[in-house]
Amino acid sequence: MAEIIEKIITTDEIKTDEYLVNMGPQHPSTHGVLRLLLKLEGEIVHNVEPHVGYIHSGIEKMTEALSYPQIPHLTDRMDYLSSHMNNEAVSLLVENALQVEVPERVKYIRTIFDELQRLASHQLWWCASGMDLGALTAFFYGLRDREDILDIFEETCGARLTLNYSVPGGVMFDIHPNFQRKVKAFIKKFRKILPEYDKLLTGNIIFQNRTRGVGILTKEDAIAYGVTGPTGRASGFSCDVRKHHPYSAYPYIKFDEKLGSDGDSFMRWKLRMDEMWESLNIIEQLIDNIPEGDYAVKMKGVIKLPEGEYYQRVETARGEFGVYVVSDGKKNPYRVKFRSPGFSNLFAINHIAKGWKIADLVAIMATFDLVIPDIDR
Amino acid sequence: MTNEQLIEQLTSANPIADVKQGIQYPEITVSFNTLHAFMQNLKSDSNLAFDYLVCQSGVDYPTYMQVVYHLESTLHKHFLIVKVNTENRETPALDTVTDIWPTAEFHEREIYDLLGVKFNNHPDLRRLFLDDTWGFPLRKDYKDDIHVVER
Repeated sequence: MAEIIEKIITTDEIKTDEYLVNMGPQHPSTHGVLRLLLKLEGEIVHNVEPHVGYIHSGIEKMTEALSYPQIPHLTDRMDYLSSHMNNEAVSLLVENALQVEVPERVKYIRTIFDELQRLASHQLWWCASGMDLGALTAFFYGLRDREDILDIFEETCGARLTLNYSVPGGVMFDIHPNFQRKVKAFIKKFRKILPEYDKLLTGNIIFQNRTRGVGILTKEDAIAYGVTGPTGRASGFSCDVRKHHPYSAYPYIKFDEKLGSDGDSFMRWKLRMDEMWESLNIIEQLIDNIPEGDYAVKMKGVIKLPEGEYYQRVETARGEFGVYVVSDGKKNPYRVKFRSPGFSNLFAINHIAKGWKIADLVAIMATFDLVIPDIDR
Repeated sequence: MTNEQLIEQLTSANPIADVKQGIQYPEITVSFNTLHAFMQNLKSDSNLAFDYLVCQSGVDYPTYMQVVYHLESTLHKHFLIVKVNTENRETPALDTVTDIWPTAEFHEREIYDLLGVKFNNHPDLRRLFLDDTWGFPLRKDYKDDIHVVER
C-alpha cells in the first residue's frame, strides 16, 4: 500500500496544503471493502480516487467453465441485495435465446419477488444510510421490518439473502400456500410503517441540512457517467428498464417511473422512499391475480445456446443490470460480462464530491447505495 | 428511429463497415483505424444521438481481441452494438472513447486489467482490480497454477 501511495505522490501533482488520506477499506460508511483515496485540503475534498478489487471474485471467469443452469447461482453473490433480479436476468437471457415461453404464473411470481426484493433492499439502504448520517435509531427500525420480507422468502425458497429462486425455464419451487396471505398482511402493515420512516428521518432538520443541495449530479452527467437506478432518476435521467424495456409481468401493470430533478442527496433519498410506495402498488396489482399453472417449463438436461451474442437488461434495486453472453454453441458460454449498476455509479462520485467536506462525501455515498461485491464482481 | 432506418443511415454513412441486424439489436463492426471518429459522430449526429454508453466489454478471440460497445440514445430510445477488433492479439490497442463518454474511463481500465487491451490517449490507464504481478486472467490462455485447478 505504501508503494501505491508513493506512486500517486510521485505521479500526481500535490500542492503544499494538500494531503492524502485513506478512507477505507475498513470504514463503516463504505458498506464493505471499498477504499477511497482522498486528496484533501483541510476538510475539503479535492479528489476522490476509488480503489476497488478487494473482494473481486472472478465470477466472469468462473462462468466460462459452468453450464447455463449453474450461472444464476453465482449472480446471487454479486449484488446480494438484488439477488433475485440478478438470477432473473440470466434466466431471461437463456429463455429468450432458446425462445422458450414461460408460463404466466412464473412471470407473476418473478415480478412479485422482484418488488419484494426491491423493498427489502431499500429498507436496508434506508436504515444503513440513516446510520451513516448519525441516526442510529433508524437502523433498528429498518432491520426489524426487513425481517418480514426475508421470512416470506424463506418460507417459499428456503433462503433469505441469496435466493437462487429463478432458474432458466421458471422458478425452482412453487410459492408456499401462505405466500399470498403473508404478502398481503405485510403490505397492509408496511403502508402504516412507511410514514414513520419519513417522520424519523426525512422531516428531520439535521438530516435535511446534511443532504439538501449536497453533491448535485446533473442529468447530463448522470447520462455521461451511466448512472442508473434511483440515483440516476433523481437527476431526471429516465432510465427505468421496467418501463422502457418491460420484462416478466411489468407489461401488464400500471406504475409510475418516479423522476426527480434536483439530483442532490436529498432527492436521491426522496426518490427511493417514493419507489417503496410504488413497489407496494405493483405487488398489490399482482398478488391476487397469480394465474394457475406450472411454475416452470421442462428444459433440456443440457442447455446449449445457439451460436451468437445476447444481451439482457433488468432493473435491480441499484439500477440497470446487464448480462452479455457470447455463445459458441457449446454448453458453456464463451464469454460472460456482467454490467453491474454499482460499477458505473461509483465512478461518478469523484465528479460530484469535489469541493464538499468529508462528512458530505459520506452523505453522497449513503445516497448512492453502493454494494461492493456488485462493483468488484 | 426504427432499427431499419438506423441500419440504413449507418450503411449509407459508412460504406466499408459491416452493418447488420443481429439477433436482438442492430450491430456494426468498424475498423480500429476509424473507431474514434465513428464514435464521435454517433454521439454528435442529432439523428443518432447515442449519449449513453450502457456497457463496454472485451472478448478474447483466437486471433484478435474484440471490444463491444452497447450504446443507447436517451433521446430517440434506439440501441446499437458497435464491435471493433484489434489488429492482433499480442499487442492489442485501440483508441479510447473516454473523451466521448466519461464512464468509459473505468470500463476501459477494467478491460485493460483483465484482458490486456491498451487504450491510446486514455487519461489514466492503470490496473483496476489486480496488482501488477498478475497476468490477464480473462484471456483464454491464462494459466494460474495456484488458483485454477485444471480438470
